[in-house]
Parts: sequence; structure tokens; C-alpha cells
Amino acid sequence: MINQTKTAALLVVALAGTALTGCVSVKEYQKSRINDADMELSARKSEKFEQNFYLYREGAAGANGGKSGGGCGCN
Amino acid sequence: MLLSLWRAGYAQQTAAPAYEKRKLQVAEVNLVSSYYEQGGKNSAVTGGIGSEYLRDYAQSFDLVLKSTDRRNREHTVVFDFNLDHYTSASSDQIDPLTVSSASRSDTHIYPAISWNVRDDVRRVTKGISLAYSTEYDYKSYGVNLNFSKLSADNNREVSLKAGAFFDTWTVILPAELRPEGYGSGAHGDRDPVDHKPRNSYNLGLSVSQVINKRLQAFFTVEPAFQQGLLSTPFHRMYFNDGSETVERLPGSRLKLPVGLRLHYFLGDRFIVRTFYRYYIDNWGMKAHTVNLELPIKVTSFVSLSPFYRYSNQTAVRYFAPYGEHKPTDRYYTSDYDISGFHSQFFGMGIRLAPPGGLLGIGHWQSVELRYGRYNRSAGMGMQANSLTLLAKFK
Repeated sequence: MINQTKTAALLVVALAGTALTGCVSVKEYQKSRINDADMELSARKSEKFEQNFYLYREGAAGANGGKSGGGCGCN
Repeated sequence: MLLSLWRAGYAQQTAAPAYEKRKLQVAEVNLVSSYYEQGGKNSAVTGGIGSEYLRDYAQSFDLVLKSTDRRNREHTVVFDFNLDHYTSASSDQIDPLTVSSASRSDTHIYPAISWNVRDDVRRVTKGISLAYSTEYDYKSYGVNLNFSKLSADNNREVSLKAGAFFDTWTVILPAELRPEGYGSGAHGDRDPVDHKPRNSYNLGLSVSQVINKRLQAFFTVEPAFQQGLLSTPFHRMYFNDGSETVERLPGSRLKLPVGLRLHYFLGDRFIVRTFYRYYIDNWGMKAHTVNLELPIKVTSFVSLSPFYRYSNQTAVRYFAPYGEHKPTDRYYTSDYDISGFHSQFFGMGIRLAPPGGLLGIGHWQSVELRYGRYNRSAGMGMQANSLTLLAKFK
């Protein structure tokens, strides 16, 4: 399972690398899809308390809009 | 009350002459309610054995206010009030001889206020936020600063943030491990208890980029350094010779999470939201987390969002199960939250956002219900259910 996750991670990074090299300048009037609420580049507000329980139940934290340390008696 | 607040802001917005638009107005209100329940039989309070049964009821209310100043900069002020009330079978074992110990249930209150100023001419946003958190045995004061710069074509934003939390533990020890004259920490107990600091310093560097009309990405690095009492004072430890003490962990920890988010609008109805995080720290933990969510726009105002999250982590080097540490070890814990495991979280969200508002209330923009099931492989396994309701007023 760990190997599968690493493979998935490498795929995501490779996809991101490929995508970034293909950036085009997008005008404001072309951003109807980019500006959709579901496209927002952050965790959803409805995930707020899910992120809290990850903080307590898992050792890894941060890089997802939540806390990466401090503010609670969690890991 | 919310409606009257909103109506007051709306009245200013519509009836007032242009110069009064600068006043602070209600831009958005979000109400989040959540219920969380977990099982499991590896509680750290009882040394890695015993019930982890816990129920948590959480409420969040955030109010977003906006105004524009004379230099045409947009000011955003957010009041964020959060409250958790939980009952915990394991916390009740801190002092098992009492019928109902103070820690059996607790209320965690954590308000925050933030102020951001966006200057569209310079394409810069600056902000500060202050946070406070209190629960029975833990208090925290936090401050965060943030700065971001948008590119000339508005397609790329670089952000920096820095924060610090100054926390204090009330050192509540398991009943049988309290020295003579040491207090229980319960209300009404006049015997003294210790208080220990835990300070955390966080940095964040992130870049968001619009790649094309359908795809955008976000990359972030968020190192964090913690020092002070990083162990939990009421976590018991049982050594392999049968002796007992409390968990002991190093006084500092350096964490390095790196995150990447890619969101793609597929066709006219589907959005693919992906997130990956790699995490490493100097306690020996490494973790990979992958999250995939697929919002489907069933109609113009109904969307379904199935999601799946997978995470795995290696154990910190100080972890061993119940009764396996040696008394000569320098650091020790049997807390399965920092053991090696993999976890899965999957479920579905549904969002309703009718054009005229919900239940005839024009400003009630949307409601979202989200359910998820969490499974964790650590020890004898752990399961949890989470249900969240979000109401957005705009």
C-alpha cells in the first residue's frame, strides 16, 4: 500500500510539473470555470472539523489550510 | 439575529449613496455544525489499551465583513467562533476512582479574528489574525501574519505567512502517579498542579497558479517548530518490567509538510479536486496523504461530492505498544496516534444552492451536508463517523 501511495504521489507531482510547463495566460472573462466555488484552491469550509480530527488522530499535519502545530493539545 | 445583521448590511449597500459603500458590511456568514464519534481500543490514557470511545459535538460561526477605504483598498474582517463539546471514555480514566472526573467531558472554545487588506493597484494582500483557545487543561494564544502578491495577469499568487502559538498545559497526572500533595486539577481541589509551556512557530510559503481555463494548482511548504511540553501529561506508560510512569517525549519537534493541490473542471458537470501531502519530522515520522474529491453538478443548484482520502504514516521512533518499552529508554510513548498505520476516510457531500435562496430566504445561499467514515489500522483498529452541516448566507 505504501508503494501504491508513493506511485500516486509521483504521478501527482509529474502531472503538476507537466501542467505548470503548459501554463497559458487566462483572461478574467475566461475564468467562469476557474472561479466556480468547487474550484477554490483550499479545503472546503465543511471540512473544517474533519481537519481537526486528523490533527488529533494522526501525527502528520499542515499544508492543507489547517494547523501545522500549536493551538491545541494535539499531535 | 443573523438575518437582521445581514439586512442591516444589505440596506446600507442598496440605499446608501456611493461614498457610504466604504462602510463595513456583512459579506458572508457561515454556520457549521458537526457530530463526530469514534471507537477503538488503544487509548494512550491507559497505556495503549482501553476504550477510545469519544463523541464530539462542534459548532462554528464565522462572520465576514468587508469595506473599502479612501485608497480603494478592500478590508476584510473575519470573526470566527468555534466550540467543541466532547465526552471521552479514556479521559475518564485519568482518575478512575472518581465517579465522574473533571476530564470526562470538556468544552473547547477557540475564537479567532483576522483582518486582511487587499490593494488591487499594487496587487498585494496583507493580513493579521489573532487566535485564542481554551479547554479544561490547555490554553493557547496565537498570532499569524500573512502577505501575498498577485501577478500582473492575475493568474499567479505567491503567499508568505508566519505564525506563533503560545500554549500552556495544566499538568494533570494519572491519579496513581501524583506525588504527595500534588493536585488533581479538579475544580475545588486546592492542592497545586504544574503548568508547562508549549510554543509553536509556523512558516508558510505557497504559490497558486491558473494553468489554463480549466486547471489550477497550489503548492505549499509549511515548516513548523515546536518546543516545550510536547507529551501529554496524563498518557500512561507501562514498561516491560511492569512498572508504570507517564509518557515522555523530546522537548522540541521540527515538522515539514509539503502540499500540492490540483483542481480540474472536466466537461460541464464534473470537477476533479486532488490533494497530496508529504510530511516528515525529526521524530522519525514520514507520511503520505492523498485526497480525491469529485464534485458533480447534478443540476444548476444541486451538487454531489463523493470523496476519498488515504494516508499512511510511519511511527515516531519513541513509540512502542503496551508493555514493550524498557525502563532504560530515554523517551517513550504508547500513543497510537503517532504510531505507524494507514487510514482511509470516504464519504459523500451534497450541496443545495437554489438561485432564489433556501426556504424563500434570499440571503441563505447554500446548505451542505457531508458524511464520512474513517478507518485507521493502528493497533486493534479504529473507526469513526463524521457528519457536518454547513449553512452559508451571502
